[in-house]
Amino acid sequence: MTDTIKLDARIPSGPIEQGWDKARFEMKLVNPANKRRHTVLVVGSGLAGASASASLGELGYNVKCFCFQDSPRRAHSIAAQGGINAAKNYPNDGDSVYRLFYDTVKGGDFRAREANVYRLAQNSVHIIDQCVAQGVPFAREYGGLLENRSFGGTQVSRTFYARGQTGQQLLLGAYQALERQVDAGTVTMYPRSEMLDLIVIDGQARGIVVRNLVTGELSVHLADAVILATGGYGNVYYLSTNAKGSNATAIWRAYKRGALFANPCFTQIHPTCIPVSGEYQSKLTLMSESLRNDGRIWVPKQHGDKRPPNEIPEEDRDYYLERRYPSFGNLVPRDVASRNAKAICDQGLGVGETGLGVYLDLSEAIDRFGIETIRERYGNLFDMYQRITDEDPYETPMRIYPAIHYTMGGLWVDYQLQSTVPGLFVLGEANFSDHGSNRLGASAMMQGLSDGYFIIPYTIGDYLATAKPAKVTPSHPEAQAALASTRRGIEKLLGIKGKRSADSFHRELGRIIWDCCGMSRSAAGLKEAIDRIRTLREEFWQNLMVPGWSSDLNQPLERAGRVADFLELGELMCIDALDRNESCGGHFREEYQTPDGEPQRDDEHYSHVAAWAYTGPDNPPELSKEPLQFNYVHPSQRSYK
Amino acid sequence: MKLKLTIWRQRNPAAKGKFVSYPINDVNPDMSMLECLDVLNESLIERGKEPVAFEHDCREGICGSCGFMISGVAHGPLPATTVCQLTMRHFKDGDELVLEPWRSASFPFVKDLIVDRRAFDRIIQSGGYISVSTGSAPDGNTLPVSKEVADRAMDAAACIGCGACVAACPNGSAALFTGAKIAHLAILPQGKPEQDRRAVRMVAQMHTEGFGSCTNIGECTGVCPKKIPLETIAVMNRDYLRGRWRERQAPVTTIAPVTNWDFEKTERVP
Repeated sequence: MTDTIKLDARIPSGPIEQGWDKARFEMKLVNPANKRRHTVLVVGSGLAGASASASLGELGYNVKCFCFQDSPRRAHSIAAQGGINAAKNYPNDGDSVYRLFYDTVKGGDFRAREANVYRLAQNSVHIIDQCVAQGVPFAREYGGLLENRSFGGTQVSRTFYARGQTGQQLLLGAYQALERQVDAGTVTMYPRSEMLDLIVIDGQARGIVVRNLVTGELSVHLADAVILATGGYGNVYYLSTNAKGSNATAIWRAYKRGALFANPCFTQIHPTCIPVSGEYQSKLTLMSESLRNDGRIWVPKQHGDKRPPNEIPEEDRDYYLERRYPSFGNLVPRDVASRNAKAICDQGLGVGETGLGVYLDLSEAIDRFGIETIRERYGNLFDMYQRITDEDPYETPMRIYPAIHYTMGGLWVDYQLQSTVPGLFVLGEANFSDHGSNRLGASAMMQGLSDGYFIIPYTIGDYLATAKPAKVTPSHPEAQAALASTRRGIEKLLGIKGKRSADSFHRELGRIIWDCCGMSRSAAGLKEAIDRIRTLREEFWQNLMVPGWSSDLNQPLERAGRVADFLELGELMCIDALDRNESCGGHFREEYQTPDGEPQRDDEHYSHVAAWAYTGPDNPPELSKEPLQFNYVHPSQRSYK
Repeated sequence: MKLKLTIWRQRNPAAKGKFVSYPINDVNPDMSMLECLDVLNESLIERGKEPVAFEHDCREGICGSCGFMISGVAHGPLPATTVCQLTMRHFKDGDELVLEPWRSASFPFVKDLIVDRRAFDRIIQSGGYISVSTGSAPDGNTLPVSKEVADRAMDAAACIGCGACVAACPNGSAALFTGAKIAHLAILPQGKPEQDRRAVRMVAQMHTEGFGSCTNIGECTGVCPKKIPLETIAVMNRDYLRGRWRERQAPVTTIAPVTNWDFEKTERVP
């Protein structure tokens, strides 16, 4: 069975430039006096969750915000380094809202929804204004005006940044706005609280089941609408640039309650990370893509050239990105840069002990601009590299290798950011909407903040004014059923008493998915991965060891629940990758490539969003398709040559 | 290499705590301190024992989740480094490392190496922001900010809120944390309108939380993983004194510290 659920994206009719204005005018409003009578739950406190909580609190809604960390300021948005795009065109270099829109649709390899992307580009300019006003210390020119830099996949300078800590500063801006609302009494913060289930009553999302991570107590929180802003699922790969705590539990359990999961196989491998060094390794560290602005990527031309990089003369170096893509050079989009790094290492030309690495060389930039300028631009990144590798990047080129970094897939949402469950809204990386099959650099933060500051405040009002949710109490059978099933799930994990830790299963799962559903995928590999994941999942439920008690702070228990969900999500990713018989963006199927090794899209059959519905524990998921229409940016073979 | 980790184990605030020693063989010098704990925990879990609870998230030194004392030094011996980025190559074969949580009355104990740092959130709640509601901002380039000013603001804004400053201070003072936010916002033109009020409220909250007073010892900046400059405390003191004088008529209320995890509504105290 296919196409059983009709997906209505609710895209406004008429010219794309006027779509958002038109939609906003048509939306119903909630009377200011009535707003405080509406309770809204926000799960997650990153850029999307904090900005949504703050903005809804400012409007007067009664907001409850949940995060699993000890403080909302810890959310992983904090680790974003490079910057945030905005179509301000301050540098006068030809940028415009339309160009940002065009670049993002093209960069996403024509698998994003045009209307959403256009709105994102429009909102980008307001985000910068908002953040400057909040006191985000963006980099400045000597004249006092905002400075810009360029980023992969674009030929204009539109990226605003705060040293290498842009995410930290934007998140602290949103966090401070959130704390201001906590002070004002409109937002109640629930730190160390993890959402474990979604409560759906009469077809509407009405609440969540939450575990207090200190006392272990389970509680029901009811509301008129639920917002998930819980980030991506990159940790399914175990080793990723995500924070250790980042997980898919909230969106996965919402999927099991009826929300469709869109394009799960669209994952982004970031080209510039510090290579893996050993089995004990717990995570990978990103070196901001902004380094590619001033850095040149190369490998030795000859196999087995073991000379230190500084002793390899120019003529023995292969600047393979500049060679293959003369017009974009080192600034090709992430998927292209990653794939080329893998290809060159697969040919045996990689550097470092493992042979899985390429050089990112800033020595020319150091000569050109002076060491002080480079220190100012990238000092904290260089320090971080040195701390981890014990090598000095001011003296010797850095070694980098691709690593999983971001997931474009996520819960399906319409133009209003509402999932297929009415009253359940999904923001930021947790939804699928704006990046197609590849995200351009400096656009994740743009999307999180656009969703939270400038979209949800309108669309949630329209929902509340239209749906008029009835009053419910925690004694409602659906709420009690969700609570009871969550409790059973926890007891089941604690009761297995096997021999392996959740982490050891997680590591094994990660290796399967990295090998078969990572930088390149094939039908045979994906089928094998699905079998192996099923076997691993069976072992998990028989041989897991979770020590301790449910009524305590119990970190192994928290992890076990998240790994159980990754074990299911990993399979859905492979099913989706197997169904998409084309290559696009980060999804590279070996069977579908051009003669020179570039991804070969199939617009005739796959110009759609693949949205999967849960049909029960032993049934295969059901596919629905949202066809994509490109009225403005016409699909072409993406070329960066 | 081989190490002995002597770690503070305590199941909850009511339980009695003690140091427990764990010998670790096969420590790889490239491991981080936290990866070393991962390896220990993995072996404990496999034997059905409770692993060491410690806080961590991004593991790249920016989220501020992690942190504990290593043989008496907050975040360990390497300057400007959080424990998640502290690699074991900085220790010698045979070393014994004593790990214990931040000790401060204002950071109530939770479990093993975990403490409750919500006091920091309440200090930020008490004015650690610029009051600008979504949608009301002027164009980003309306107010020029000189590069020097933006750089100084950024130096202060780099604080990750880990709590090492409090743990290292003999007085248990939170002056560096509070000063960093006051300075970040006071230095920028956007933060000027609320400068007095902000300093007065944040300092009052800091005192309500029970943090000690600053006596300019400087341990805080010494252990700070982001090298927040001590001058931020001078900015705080200046703004506080001036604000106290200018706003001497205005009543100051603070938020009652919450130490339980029941999430009841917070109270105001005058």
